[in-house]
Order: sequence, then structure tokens, then C-alpha cells
Amino acid sequence: MAESNGNNKILAVITEKEGQVAGGVPVFIVPGAKERQDTAFTLEKILDGMVHQLNEHTLLIVYHV
Amino acid sequence: MEHWFSLLNSYTGAIIVGVVVGVIVRLRMLRTDYRQYPTYLHGQLIHISLGFIAAGMGAVAVPALIEKQYTAVTFLALAAQQFREVRNMERETLAHLEEDELVPRGSSYIEGIALAFEGRNYAVIMAAFLCSLAVIEIHLWAGVLLGLALIGVAGILRSGKYLGQITSVELGKLRMEGPSLYVDDIYLMNIGLEDNRKRIMNRGIGVVVSPASKDSRITLANLGQRQAILHDLSVVLGVFRDTGEPSLIPLSKRDMEDGRLGILCLPEEKEPEQVLQVIRNVPVLESAVRTPTEGLKMFRGGKKSG
Repeated sequence: MAESNGNNKILAVITEKEGQVAGGVPVFIVPGAKERQDTAFTLEKILDGMVHQLNEHTLLIVYHV
Repeated sequence: MEHWFSLLNSYTGAIIVGVVVGVIVRLRMLRTDYRQYPTYLHGQLIHISLGFIAAGMGAVAVPALIEKQYTAVTFLALAAQQFREVRNMERETLAHLEEDELVPRGSSYIEGIALAFEGRNYAVIMAAFLCSLAVIEIHLWAGVLLGLALIGVAGILRSGKYLGQITSVELGKLRMEGPSLYVDDIYLMNIGLEDNRKRIMNRGIGVVVSPASKDSRITLANLGQRQAILHDLSVVLGVFRDTGEPSLIPLSKRDMEDGRLGILCLPEEKEPEQVLQVIRNVPVLESAVRTPTEGLKMFRGGKKSG
């Protein structure tokens, strides 16, 4: 589980501003840093995916195979 | 008629000694420990029964050969087939159980266990064969003595090398640099949630395993060996995780420069000394052992002579 085999998948993106992320993945626009953490926390529990921080403005939920 | 009776008597002792020694050898090598495998009672029953069959085959092979019943040897081939089946059975069972483990064993570990089960049955055949031979060719007591010696040897051969013998295991300091988790200077993973960062810093224990030689460096790099470490840790010390908590995952990463292994473990109770002890006692998996130094010697030797 810990060792990725290249089939990892981005399930959702949580970001500060619209336009920073695009593509075929659900994007949640959440302005505040604290709110982003809360959203990511909830999504992690729901999706069973791991939260990663791409940069200060963007969090990813990734499903590791 | 009388001839047959005396024949039976002379061989009965050999067969009994062979079978008894074989079964005891199997029992000596069948130990349920922290790995909880084979499970109590039913799993053990299967292996004791198979050990009995193996012992019987080994013990009967000698009288059969002496009586020039050479076709009886073909039964040994049948036994080999049967025990290969045992290996498949073990592998399948363990692979199915894998889905229900919070920290899986990994296929190398499973393969190692399955291999041991097959190999041990052959050891039983050999022990029974040798004892039976000693009884017939020398004396009843010679067979019994040889049997006792073999039972002793089986206990020694049961366990292979441990990780502590080929590496040095030390505690490392876990630290966060932004979202990145490190143990000492080895990067482990990116953690996005503040909550998880706090929990890992509170509950986690960082360990650095350094290889002692070139050979152990490759063993330590093996993914199966690394998974075995994590699995054993979770079995002995418990694991602080559940489904729906994908970030709380014990994991190992390798420093590619010098082959050291950084490990994050999340035991239920934070007892660093025990963690080190468990890692030192992880078995070195047969499939992970490589000996590049032997290869180098061979190549150098080849060049000189060539």
C-alpha cells in the first residue's frame, strides 16, 4: 500500500482560487487556509484517499494503490 | 510364511523409529509464535498430519529398497507433488488473508512461509529415511540415537538469520519540514493535513536501519523485506491506524546514496526500545538475500585466470 506502483489517482483538489487547477477532477474552491484543512480532513475520511500538500494554496486527495 | 513374519518384525522397528523421529522433527519445526501462523489447532493439525505422511514415506522407503521393490520409490515422487501442493495451499490461504490485514505481509514474506512448509516436509522424509536405514543396517539404538541428533539439528535449522545480524538498527528523529516528513535526513512522505502531522509527530517512532555490508544493502532495499519489517512491527506492537485513515501508514523509504532505510512506525504504545528489538528480530527473507560480493569475487577471479 505504501509502495506506489504508478496507479495512484487524484480524487479531488482543494485550492484557494479558481483557475489554479483545471482538468477532469473535482475541484473545491476554498479561500481560507483553515477551511481548506477542514475540507481536506472531511474528504480524506469520505474518500479514503491521502491528503498531500502541493503548495500553500493547494491540497490534493490521492488514492494510493 | 515364517519368512514373511520375521521380515515384518525386522522392518517394523525401523519403520516405527523412522515415523516417530519424522513426526517429532516436524513438531520441532512447527512453532506458533508472534506471527500467529499456522493458527492454533486446525492449522497445526494439517501440518502434523502431513508430517506423519511424510515420515511414513521416508521410513517405508528403506525396507522397500532393500526388498528390491524399486517401484516404491515412485511414491516419493508422488509425495513431492503432494508437498508442492501444500506450498500452493499455504500461499493461497495467506494471500487471501492479506486483504484483511491493516499492514499486509507482502508477497515475499508469504512466499518465504510457503517455501518453509514445503521444505520442512522434505526434511521430515530425509530424517525418517536415515533413521530407518540406521535401524536396519546397524542397530535399533543407532537409529534412535541418530533420530535424537536429527531432532536437535532440526531445532537449530528452524530459524534463519535475523535482521539484527546484518544491519544496525537505531532510533531516528522524526521531523516535519512544511508538509514533508523526514526521519533524520531521509525523506518519507508528504502529509497534507495538519491533524495528521500532529498525530504522526506524537505517536510515530522513527527508525534508521543501516546495512552492515554491500550484501545486506541489497537485502534491505528489497520491497518484500521492507514490508516484512512493517508487518512484524504491526503484529508485535500493534498499529495506530484504521480504514479511512490512509495517512497514518507505517512506511519505509530508502536513502539511495548509502542504502540506509528510514522507517516510520506507528505502534499502539510508544516504546522505542521495543521497536528496535522487534526490527532486529525480523527474519531475513530468503528471497531478499543477494550476494553481489560473491559475484564480484567470481568476476575478478575469472579475469585473472582468463
